[in-house]
Amino acid sequence: MRQIAIYGKGGIGKSTTTQNTVAGLAYLGKKVMIVGCDPKADSTRLILHAKVQNTVMDLVREKGTVEDLELEDVMKIGYGDTKCVESGGPEPGVGCAGRGVITAINFLEENGAYTDDLDFVFYDVLGDVVCGGFAMPIREGKAEEIYIVCSGEMMAMYAANNISKGILKYASSGKVRLAGLICNARKTDMEFELVSALAAKLGTQMIHFVPRDNQVQRAEMRRMTVIEYSPEHPQAQEYRMLAEKILNNKMLVVPTPLEMDELEDLLMEYGIMEAEDESVVGVVEAAA
Amino acid sequence: MSDDIRKIDGITKESTQAMIDDALSVYPEKARKKRAPHLAPNDAASGCASVKSNKKTVPGVMSARGCAYAGAKGVVWGPIRDMVHVSHGPVGCGWYSWGTRRNLVTGINGVTQFAMQFTSDFQEKDIVYGGDKKLKTLLQEAVDLFPLAKGISVLSECPVGLIGDDINSVAKQSSKELDLPIIPCNCEGFRGVSQSLGHHISNDTIRDYIIETREFAEPSSPYDIALIGDYNIGGDVWSATALLEEIGLNVKATWTGDGELEKIAATHQVKLNLIHCYRSMNYMCKVMEEKYGIPWLEFNFFGPTKIRESLRAIAERFDDTIKANVERVIAKYDPIMQAIIDEYKPRLDGKKVMLLVGGLRPRHTIGAYEDLGMDCVGSGYEFAHTDDYDRTAPEMPDATVVYDDPSEYEFEKFAHALKPDLIGSGIKEKYVFQKMGIPFRQMHSWDYSGPYHAYQGFEIFARDVDMAVNSPTWKLVKAPF
Repeated sequence: MRQIAIYGKGGIGKSTTTQNTVAGLAYLGKKVMIVGCDPKADSTRLILHAKVQNTVMDLVREKGTVEDLELEDVMKIGYGDTKCVESGGPEPGVGCAGRGVITAINFLEENGAYTDDLDFVFYDVLGDVVCGGFAMPIREGKAEEIYIVCSGEMMAMYAANNISKGILKYASSGKVRLAGLICNARKTDMEFELVSALAAKLGTQMIHFVPRDNQVQRAEMRRMTVIEYSPEHPQAQEYRMLAEKILNNKMLVVPTPLEMDELEDLLMEYGIMEAEDESVVGVVEAAA
Repeated sequence: MSDDIRKIDGITKESTQAMIDDALSVYPEKARKKRAPHLAPNDAASGCASVKSNKKTVPGVMSARGCAYAGAKGVVWGPIRDMVHVSHGPVGCGWYSWGTRRNLVTGINGVTQFAMQFTSDFQEKDIVYGGDKKLKTLLQEAVDLFPLAKGISVLSECPVGLIGDDINSVAKQSSKELDLPIIPCNCEGFRGVSQSLGHHISNDTIRDYIIETREFAEPSSPYDIALIGDYNIGGDVWSATALLEEIGLNVKATWTGDGELEKIAATHQVKLNLIHCYRSMNYMCKVMEEKYGIPWLEFNFFGPTKIRESLRAIAERFDDTIKANVERVIAKYDPIMQAIIDEYKPRLDGKKVMLLVGGLRPRHTIGAYEDLGMDCVGSGYEFAHTDDYDRTAPEMPDATVVYDDPSEYEFEKFAHALKPDLIGSGIKEKYVFQKMGIPFRQMHSWDYSGPYHAYQGFEIFARDVDMAVNSPTWKLVKAPF
């Protein structure tokens, strides 16, 4: 069983990419479980055709304690026999969402959710690893492969670099490795080159460049993955290729994150950012 | 005499149910609905639990329960004497759980036992930046200060589970670097409904980190046993061990009262596990049974009747030598016990006792009271499960009240109705009932007395019960009912 965690900047398309990729793996005959690690609980809707799945923490709230839960209460089966679990958690601004992730994953382990017939477990994790709870999926004995979803936008690349710093910390004491960047294209300038270059600097690969296509949105409106909605569409083929590449991926590295200056140099090299002119810093207009 | 159904004059299923209904009548409907299944008259003949248990305490009522951390620190891990036990988190949990349980130990403090308060004393910055670095430093310092400690347990307090510190990873790394067993225990207080989950989590960590990592130095014998689930409250392990050795058994390890890490780690080599507190350690007994084929047996060393029954049941698991030893030992102690009964029973005969203790004593001590002529008119647990209540039904007289996790209000209400001559419960209940003019014994810690186990213990038990019930003090206090 390979356990994979998907990280990336908020809103970059982690859940969409994860579900389409998982659908691609299921299409290839693989048994997969998705564990949504985000209180928004939108990691499984395209696989289940559901608005929102009953989450582990929803049921804990209802029943009082996690000990009263049964696995079948929280695990649903979707497209391609994919098992789906959402950790769930509080609305923004209250409680502790990180603990929700820890509770949910402990629950799955204690109740035998990680069965031998599974080929893959995917953890779709909240954008910012704000506390130890969101690092739970990459603790020892869990996901050892991480993919970062990013794009050619500056902030997405910053985020990818920051996540790599986190992976480095865990990689030094355990088996967690960076397995690649997935470029979820935003049609920004030089996007393919830029993300490839960032991947090279991090010591990894851009495993796939997923082009932007509105077919993804059309499928999402029907709460479906592209692979299920329109299996013949070229975009479905892109996700199947990504799935295939992940299936065969052997490139697992300890990342070499960049310093801020290096990252900015990279952006300048591709003409995304202009060189800073130190002589103008702090000088008011009238004086210039 | 658990096969006879005993009755108490004036107590019927109807009268007990009426008392329960009266107590419940003041609750709002929702609370009443939740509490009702936890209170019932005993059905001694059924042999099954008459009440629901192991559920979340109803908000708004005062509960005597502890937390998962309490179950790990206070019960299972804390009594192992040759380890350093670290309370990982803010200082309070460690401080207030330090030495409060009277799990006595032998050895020299700082050399062969470490009954002291270790904590990582979390500050604001440890919450914000994580406490893993501090933990690593602390582990190194503990080893520097106490190089003779055989291991370290790291017991998580609540905040550690919230900020998500990976203590398992720190423990693993430090264990390698310091060449010492370091056991992480994720026993955050908010987990579960009571201390019971802390026992379970701790059993699991013993399974994952300790058992089978050592071997006994001496060659094995057919009489090797381990004493499980006895925490040496007031010296109980010592009196029980003395008796077990007197019948010819070798007590190779005690879990965990006055326990030693390396002996616990070698327990997979014993021939039989004798379990005292089923609730807190049945998990490891079952693990050892499944994994190493070691049978286990529950026994009860409170009062001569139960001691006799238990000794004979133990002897059944061994050869004729042990059987003969047991009969010789019983014959030796019977007259001594009879002399104790002759002295105290005339003053205690017909007196009524109510109990509310943790997970074992509400059923195990009933026989000892009965040996002194007393009747148990109500009993209940803080954190028992259904299998404990199943074991309780045959021990209690028929139709007496069984209460699970009762609130202070329910407990008081029942005491008003039943007018017991003695209540055995914890420190939180003690002064409430004493102010009501009811004699009381603190039955978690044996009220600074003990041991109460085995033949040695019964004499002390009888003296203490007599001292409480027949103290002239109570003649000077007028009960309000």
